[in-house]
Amino acid sequence: MTPAVTDETTLLAVLAPFAAAVAAPFLTKWFKHNAAWPLAVVPALIFLHFTGFVAPVSEGQSFVAAVAWAPSYGVNFSIYVDGLSTLFALLISGIGTFIILYAGGYLKGHPQQGRFFSFLFLFMGAMLGLVLGNNLISMFIFWELTSITSFLLIGFDHLRAASRRAAIQALVVTGGGGLILLAGFIVIISATGEIEMSVLLASPDIIKDTGLYVPIFLLVLGGAFTKSAQFPFHFWLPNAMEAPTPVSAFLHSATMVKAGVYLLMRMHPLLGDTALWTTVLPLFGGVTLLVGTILAVRQTDLKLMLAYTTVASLGLLVMLTGTSHEKALEGAVLYLLAHSLFKGALFMVAGTIDHEAGTRDIRYLGGLRSAMPITFGAACLAGLSMSGLPPFIGFIAKEVLYYGTWGWPDFGLLITVVAVVGNSLMLVIAAAVAIKPFFGPAVDTPKHAHEGPVLLFAGPVVLSVLGFILAVIPHTTGVLFIGPTLSSLIGSFTEIDLHLWPTKINAPLILSLITIGMGIFLFTQLDKLRAFIAGTLTAIGWGPDKGFDQAIAGIVSLSSAITRVVQGGKMQTYMALTFLAAGAAVLVPGYIGGGWPAMPKMPTYTFYEWSIFLIAVLGLISVLVAKTRLTAIVSLGIQGFAVALIFLLFGAPDLAFTQLMVETLSVVILALVMTRLNLSPRDHRNGVSTLVTGAISVSVGLGLGLTLMAITQQPFDRRLSDFFTEYSNSIAYGRNIVNVILVDFRGIDTLGEIAVVALAGLCVLALIRVHTKKTLPEDEVIDPSDTGAKKEAV
Amino acid sequence: MRTVIFRTIAPYLSALMVLYSIFVLLRGHNEPGGGFIGGLIAASALAIFGIACGVAAVRRAIKVHPMSIAGFGLFMGAAAGVISLFTNQPFMTSQWWPIDLFNVQIKLSTPLIFDIGVYLVVVGAISSIALALEERESD
Repeated sequence: MTPAVTDETTLLAVLAPFAAAVAAPFLTKWFKHNAAWPLAVVPALIFLHFTGFVAPVSEGQSFVAAVAWAPSYGVNFSIYVDGLSTLFALLISGIGTFIILYAGGYLKGHPQQGRFFSFLFLFMGAMLGLVLGNNLISMFIFWELTSITSFLLIGFDHLRAASRRAAIQALVVTGGGGLILLAGFIVIISATGEIEMSVLLASPDIIKDTGLYVPIFLLVLGGAFTKSAQFPFHFWLPNAMEAPTPVSAFLHSATMVKAGVYLLMRMHPLLGDTALWTTVLPLFGGVTLLVGTILAVRQTDLKLMLAYTTVASLGLLVMLTGTSHEKALEGAVLYLLAHSLFKGALFMVAGTIDHEAGTRDIRYLGGLRSAMPITFGAACLAGLSMSGLPPFIGFIAKEVLYYGTWGWPDFGLLITVVAVVGNSLMLVIAAAVAIKPFFGPAVDTPKHAHEGPVLLFAGPVVLSVLGFILAVIPHTTGVLFIGPTLSSLIGSFTEIDLHLWPTKINAPLILSLITIGMGIFLFTQLDKLRAFIAGTLTAIGWGPDKGFDQAIAGIVSLSSAITRVVQGGKMQTYMALTFLAAGAAVLVPGYIGGGWPAMPKMPTYTFYEWSIFLIAVLGLISVLVAKTRLTAIVSLGIQGFAVALIFLLFGAPDLAFTQLMVETLSVVILALVMTRLNLSPRDHRNGVSTLVTGAISVSVGLGLGLTLMAITQQPFDRRLSDFFTEYSNSIAYGRNIVNVILVDFRGIDTLGEIAVVALAGLCVLALIRVHTKKTLPEDEVIDPSDTGAKKEAV
Repeated sequence: MRTVIFRTIAPYLSALMVLYSIFVLLRGHNEPGGGFIGGLIAASALAIFGIACGVAAVRRAIKVHPMSIAGFGLFMGAAAGVISLFTNQPFMTSQWWPIDLFNVQIKLSTPLIFDIGVYLVVVGAISSIALALEERESD
């Protein structure tokens, strides 16, 4: 069976959410919250499209499609569809459909609901582009796009400071990780010469053979660990709960945070199964799992509890992926699927409770089962799946992953213990989130609780029921979804056979029983446990979250310290530094390279040429001896006009013309600046200061003079001059070569220059405006003649 | 600075200079001149006018804010480059439309539009600086 789809429609499917993002605000304007219904059709269609791939992919096929993007750099918008990307695409579009519906109900009547839909669609498109990406560069672009769009989503409620902080934190952590990943991709591209993932995957040893395995491994890990919130980068994820619940449900179930896991799974055939991989990943994954569950128990807020278990689940997935053991990888894939379904559902349940009861603190919730029966049902199903109880997909996942960890020859026992502890704590949270708010006596909630509208319960119901259906047809689930994905992970086609009920009593079953028993015991002790963890954490006091604030504050104070040094606000220092640098730039190379020019032969000049030189020198001398600043400015003008005359005499009328105008305007503007600033008419600097500035001036002048002499003594390459002379009139219809170069041959240069002139004008204007309000300290001079004088170089 | 003679002559001088700057701008393709020099001349004309008769008078005379002139010039410069894209040629490929007017051939072209853009940017940017600096003198 071939997929009923062509390459073009798959490319369009990736771009469809972006189109929906444009349409969303208008639809929301017309249909209000009911716009969710037509909008949800987009991800639903994408989902349907990718179901067409399920059958062929399960037979071991994969598909590649591409459009050239920047072909000269080998950058294509290309997609690669195999088991792993199909599973992810289905999860993103499938869960995305219900998230859109849920967002319609959750933000009903919100003035910015259209914008919210837009952001969600942008994010969805970025995620699809990432998981289907084949070209490393386009993958990176979508990777960063997920960071940017999640920034927009997390900071959606931008009037609250906590929201803004969470958004910035997520952007800094995941965006920074993205840059590390870019470095990794660039190393891969330059070391292997390949840019398409499908090509790399075709020869699994290609990276290990380059000798750059370790840096590539570390850089890719930097991207994956920040995105997937591995300890110690886990702190951004719980903070991201500041976002409206639909965002949390989407970002933290199937998408954003799974992107790092996706990357590790995608790279597994290339980077996996090495000593480094099987040490670092299980270590970080295991620590993250434990830290995540322990921190989750401490919380009382439904969303925060779920958020920390998400951290834990990501740790579990990384740990399993890190074993490179086939059965454990199978467990990872199963758990990935199970987690996306139950976590998506539970987040939406938490949101619905918050929406309908007015609080999501478990201490103030109870007895909601009669008020919200449908939500209660969905919460139970999802909670049981999360607890790893039969007959749910979570149970199968746990059985398989125990089988995998138990059978891992390296550190099997250790990670099994970690997994058991983690899973039993996960069960505690599942019970606290899914069971506790609904049982017990009814508690007075801030709002009178009642069942939410269909938009709110559609998602949790469908996702949690799916967790059940997939478990009762284990063989089909295994063949259609788990097997193909596992094949992508291990790089060769594998078929697996899943069972819901264990056939005999074996280690995984016993481990499951231990997990359940321990979980139930801990749940009864939940309040004590919470108090104990809270006490311990208070004793420690410091965490990466605080560390993030300290790091940001450190960067801010460092940059302001640097700014104070380099931008001291004293014009004299700026000028001295600028000219020192200029002097060094012209003198040092000559000093090191020894390329001093030979003493030129003295040419013979006529008397009027001599007299113009004399005027220039006299102008300079009068600058030096001038009593007042105004005299000095005017004297500088004398020298400038003399130079203009020299240009004129030696056959550069355009240059002379420009020089004349620039000099005029410089004198006018400098004189205006003088009248504007409260400068004392005389220069009162002491002898030392004069000597220093004099030395700097002489060295710059000497350096420039020597450089010019050295340049003119080189043989002159006439190719450009000849070209301009020959073609100026014939192809550009102009006899004034200088002007033809400016406006035609090198027009783009001029375009850049006039942009600079306009911008410099704006900046000077802004500076003048700023300084109108307060009087300036002495010597703080704005030098606007710079804008005009720069053109002299042309 | 504001002697009677200067104040009387300045408007005429400025007008003459602006006229001359346009002349310099247009002859630029074949003789010394061009948008940059023309712009500088026009900017000095406005500066002189401002010194003599006050900034308010200049702002009244040029109607719009000088920075808008610069902005429009930059837009013209960029737009002149875009025209060639419509004929499937690279950005800034020059286009020529010679026309005959009273038996004189006038070569209209994108470089001319571009040069006018340069002229406007220079006039706008420099004179907005000069006028801003002169402003306090008048008040």
